[in-house]
Amino acid sequence: MASSKTITVEVDDVSYTDDVEPRLLLVQYLRERLGKTGTLIGCDTTNCGACTVHLDGVSVKSCTMFAVQADGHSVTTIEGLARDGKLAPLQQAFHQCHALQCGFCTPGMIMQSASLLTENPHPTEQEIRDGLEGNLCRCTGYQNIVAAVQAAADGTVSADGTVSADSDEAETAGVA
Amino acid sequence: MIPSAFDYAAPTTVAEALGVLADAGDDVKVLAGGQSLIPVMKLRLADPAMVVDLGRIGELSGVRDDGDALLIGAMTTHHQIATDPLIVEHVPLLAQAAATVADPQVRHRGTFGGALVHADPAGDMPAPVLAADATFILAGPNGERRVAAADFFQGYFTTAVDDGEILTHIRVPKYTGWGSHYEKFTRVAQQWSIVAVAAMVRVEGGTIAEARIGLTNMASTPLRATAVEQALAGAPLTAEAIATASAHAAEGSDPASDLNGDAAYRRHLAEVLTKRAVIAAAGL
Repeated sequence: MASSKTITVEVDDVSYTDDVEPRLLLVQYLRERLGKTGTLIGCDTTNCGACTVHLDGVSVKSCTMFAVQADGHSVTTIEGLARDGKLAPLQQAFHQCHALQCGFCTPGMIMQSASLLTENPHPTEQEIRDGLEGNLCRCTGYQNIVAAVQAAADGTVSADGTVSADSDEAETAGVA
Repeated sequence: MIPSAFDYAAPTTVAEALGVLADAGDDVKVLAGGQSLIPVMKLRLADPAMVVDLGRIGELSGVRDDGDALLIGAMTTHHQIATDPLIVEHVPLLAQAAATVADPQVRHRGTFGGALVHADPAGDMPAPVLAADATFILAGPNGERRVAAADFFQGYFTTAVDDGEILTHIRVPKYTGWGSHYEKFTRVAQQWSIVAVAAMVRVEGGTIAEARIGLTNMASTPLRATAVEQALAGAPLTAEAIATASAHAAEGSDPASDLNGDAAYRRHLAEVLTKRAVIAAAGL
């Protein structure tokens, strides 16, 4: 019987200390122990990106990491992006640009997009597509997802979620 | 999918890690970034009794200047390799290849050393490291030993790393001023290489003075395309000369046949991709 380990992890600005089995995956810890079901399990094989969270600010696939590896680190999930009841700009952009259909891929798409924009605040369309290569949308709604990331990067999404009219990308996305 | 239960140790120094490995017996796996090992454990293709996580050994991470070479820690991530200024300046081939590994999330976790010790024939880092004549630095119970890249890769998922040993650093000679390119062929984004070619060339005037070519997934180990290297040495810097030399790319290879392509197709790919890689590396 493998012994459990005590871990302390900061998740969405709250510190948690728990005993976990070493084999417990980070995504299972987030969903089943902390109740943070905003992070989804899609393929469970490191392909689809639905489980993407940030570890110390950079994107990782939480189905391909053990919870014990997060001991002493900081995790941000989709549930930690909104501030004071207001959606983050990327969340507003996904809403405004109709960047989701069934919505299953959306938490991972937004977390990966946030990581992409941290590394490259003004990506080209191709750089956005390359940056999202590890996230699959089975509705194949990529066009509006890319437009949403572009709108968030361009700052053409306002605090109330409206897209300003002088952005070609946002206009296109808005009517799609 | 949930792996089998295992005991877990997270040492903070190489010496401590070697001690844990020595005590752990045979049924142990070393965990680097986990982007290959964890999926394999979830499928229960591996079910070690003990996992030794190197993720908390700070001395194994990072890139530093070591005179005529760069000393790269085994736990340096693919993302770091792809963006590190020293690597981009002195061995850009490594950065170019690392940028093609899997996807951004995997590159944030997956490590240079982990990928090299995993030694997947379709993995992208072994061929550039072989082409660059890197040296592998291993720590073990009897101290440190060094293994040349040509001796490191021994077969499918098999390297010179013995039980009880850890790859700590990779010493990669500088190729400052050389042109380089990693040409990878996949069917879809985010796939392992069906075939890929790592090329470095040193151009003098209108001539290719020297070339180093590594092949990914053309045998159970990465290969040097030595016949192409010899044909390119002293060749004029023209697309015709490069095409002629690249026709030798599959010589001495032994590619697998699988659902992505049979061996004859891979040999054809090796020639085409070598031509493209050398043309791009030479800046034509």
